[in-house]
Amino acid sequence: MASPSDARSDSVGLQRFGLGFGLGQSAEIRSSVRDRLLAEIDRRTPPQPSGVPFSGAAEIGAALYAFEDRERIEREARRTTESKVAAVPAASSNQMAQPKPANEPALPYKTYRDEVSARVRLALEAETGLSERLVQFWSNHFCVSATKSNMTRIMAGAYEREAIRPHVFGRFEDMLVAAESHPAMLDFLDNRLSIGPGSPVGKRRKRGLNENLAREILELHTLGVSGGYAQIDVTNLARIITGWTVVGREAVLGFPGSFAFNAGLHEPGTPPLLGKPYGQPGKEKGLAAFSDLARHPATADFIAIKLVRHFVADDPSPALVRDLSAVFRRTEGDLAAVSRALIESNAAWTAEPTKIRSPQEFLLAAFRALGRKPDFGQVIGPLNAMGQPFWQPSGPNGYPDSNDAWASPEGVKTRIDVAAGWGRQAAGSVPDPRALTEDILGPLLSPQTRAAVARADSKPQALALMLMSPEFQRR
Amino acid sequence: MVDDDDDCERMTPSRRAMLGAAGALFAWSFVPKFAYAAAGSRDPRFLLVVLRGALDGLSAVPPIGDPDYAALRDDIALMRDGPDAALPLDGFFYLHPAMPNLARLYASGQASIVHAAATGYRERSHFDGQDVLESGQAGPGQTESGWLNRLIASLPPGEGISQRGVLGVGVVPPLVVRGEAPVLGWAPPRMARAGSDLIQRLEDLYGQRDPGLARALSQAVTTEGIARRSGMSGEAKGGGGPDSAEGMKRIADGAAALVGADDGPRIAALAFEGWDTHANEGGAKGRLAQLLGGLDGALASFEQGLKPVWKDTVVMVVTEFGRTARVNGTVGTDHGTGTVAFLVGGAVKGGRMIVDWPGLKPEQLYDKRDLKPTTDIRGVAKGVVSELFGLSGPVLAEKVFPGSGGIGPMAGLVG
Repeated sequence: MASPSDARSDSVGLQRFGLGFGLGQSAEIRSSVRDRLLAEIDRRTPPQPSGVPFSGAAEIGAALYAFEDRERIEREARRTTESKVAAVPAASSNQMAQPKPANEPALPYKTYRDEVSARVRLALEAETGLSERLVQFWSNHFCVSATKSNMTRIMAGAYEREAIRPHVFGRFEDMLVAAESHPAMLDFLDNRLSIGPGSPVGKRRKRGLNENLAREILELHTLGVSGGYAQIDVTNLARIITGWTVVGREAVLGFPGSFAFNAGLHEPGTPPLLGKPYGQPGKEKGLAAFSDLARHPATADFIAIKLVRHFVADDPSPALVRDLSAVFRRTEGDLAAVSRALIESNAAWTAEPTKIRSPQEFLLAAFRALGRKPDFGQVIGPLNAMGQPFWQPSGPNGYPDSNDAWASPEGVKTRIDVAAGWGRQAAGSVPDPRALTEDILGPLLSPQTRAAVARADSKPQALALMLMSPEFQRR
Repeated sequence: MVDDDDDCERMTPSRRAMLGAAGALFAWSFVPKFAYAAAGSRDPRFLLVVLRGALDGLSAVPPIGDPDYAALRDDIALMRDGPDAALPLDGFFYLHPAMPNLARLYASGQASIVHAAATGYRERSHFDGQDVLESGQAGPGQTESGWLNRLIASLPPGEGISQRGVLGVGVVPPLVVRGEAPVLGWAPPRMARAGSDLIQRLEDLYGQRDPGLARALSQAVTTEGIARRSGMSGEAKGGGGPDSAEGMKRIADGAAALVGADDGPRIAALAFEGWDTHANEGGAKGRLAQLLGGLDGALASFEQGLKPVWKDTVVMVVTEFGRTARVNGTVGTDHGTGTVAFLVGGAVKGGRMIVDWPGLKPEQLYDKRDLKPTTDIRGVAKGVVSELFGLSGPVLAEKVFPGSGGIGPMAGLVG
């Protein structure tokens, strides 16, 4: 039998590394949380969401180009009609310009909607939620934002499925390459537009480098801002990855909307990055640079500190960060080994729960606890209000990851508004909020929260109090 | 110290306007006579607007009179005449045509523009740049508190301004307001508000179990009270975010209502987003023009919403750094250094370009690529807050902007 303190640590662990206890889950989970988390790592491949509208980025790209062409034709048709109407007042209605059904969003948003819904379903069905939390973490580390363009909007879900999810227990280098070569990233950080000034195309046209992606690779994806690079490294990495682009609608280099290396855009030469020259041919040059960046000690330190800060505490324990960084270096970025080291660490396991759940974690944990299956609107509305909708951070540094950001006065107040709404929606399906609170919070439940829930003036209020209790909010 | 001002203004083509004041800042070495006391009978309001993503100062306030401007800017250069002509400021500098309200305020002496300005940060990371701008520290990595929070904490205890706290707009408060002094939060409401009984029960529970949540909630409740008393509806609406004109207006309207309330905070910070124009930035029309139009609308919202106290108000608009002087390979601009800052409000001694123009020839650019910064934004901020709130030079140099002793408060910004 587990001792009371083990039982408490296990319950903290389920919230810290997973998505919390779900309604209808067997109580056995509580007594074997750590084993289940480790077994999930050993399975290596997290499940993929089902019921998504397109299987992959290439298929989506073709659909996107077709959609944009259709929109353009309709716009032109409308313009023609309008000018005809102006000339001939009684012009008949134009069949090309059939308006869309009133409630049907355009293809990019519809795809985003279906991707979010599939993503949420998977998280609600997960046993511990560890894989889903890691997908969130890495998706935010290598973030794209759906608000940038039609392409990032329609591909944001596919990007996570293709570039992030398969690698969360794989190699960091593979995730890095998958992320930086994904059409969504190449569009989000403009590399698809970047042209080597000395490349065949660059010499013909008045176009050149765009260093946006190169800078963020060094600053945000690998070394970190204090990782020891300079402006010249940013510019040279931009040169190294010229030609990493997205196939256009003319499908010259492959399937429309898929990744391609376009040698015609690639800057010739042997630019040094961090003092080492890269002279490989074509795409190999970038792959060689990524391989070195993925193994750089600054990358190991940066990933370690971000992981500990996300999962354990805003002020990470230096010893734990050192340990994880050492594992990262020793295994050359084996993310299963790094995740395992985090969960096996007693420092990570026994730390007091101080971190406030992010809005996405809070939403998923709440729907698991209440046993509800939300529709898209019930997901995106609260997440917009709380400031963390899926795949829409305001910059390439992703969503913040600290109590300062999420436990702000306005943040806490908005959570209460959201929890009040969920309490009202769930009240009909929860027979006894007191029993539910005992189930969900288990050994974490304090006498004060128990009393507050018991004294609530209504079922909705009791549920809102459970969801907003410190035990549910912090992990 | 600014006696030469008018002479300087007449020297317009030489681009040395306000150099008397700008030069004096390096000689700053005494405690100003108005320390604390001289705030006088004014009940000042100060709003800081942070433009996240690095505003292209050379497009917002184009130096069309500079002979090198048009060639550097190529496809996105603005023109002094034609259908989308830039708005004239002083014959050398112009204002982006999407900003008619700012042009009007400038013409009526209620806005000044600082050009070729930057913080002390000289790298090109947005996130470190914003941290330096908001923390008020000399370099990145010290993000425990923001300079507006330390400013409030530096005011005499019991002072009305410090007791009212600093307002940070947004679900996630900007770093510049974070810290030990009271922080109020507000964001345009998107959800139906919870009932007051639930709030009271949670205040009770947090009071027993969780001091951090208790503090946050009590500050939120305080702000909501002010909002209600100042007639804000609290009705939930959807609509654009802080990178759209609609969103900027809602944020500005809300901040103005709170800061304008009798019992409201006197100091606030808010952020508008989307200024990172790497590709297809646009010239007189396009992406940046839309954002500048949104900012211009927000300035009009401040003027309208703060009308009774506008004469005592300064709105300061800043960004983490500028963008490359030369247009890049994708008809946009990459991360740079020098840029503009705006001072707007009835309390601003306005109608002036505050600039020591470095020029745009290759050897005049910073790192041969960016507008060279010649004015430190900290000196501008120190000048404004020292005159509005009567803080002394040493307090500003040690507590509010640590390590900035060499950069004195710029004098004569507030009239």
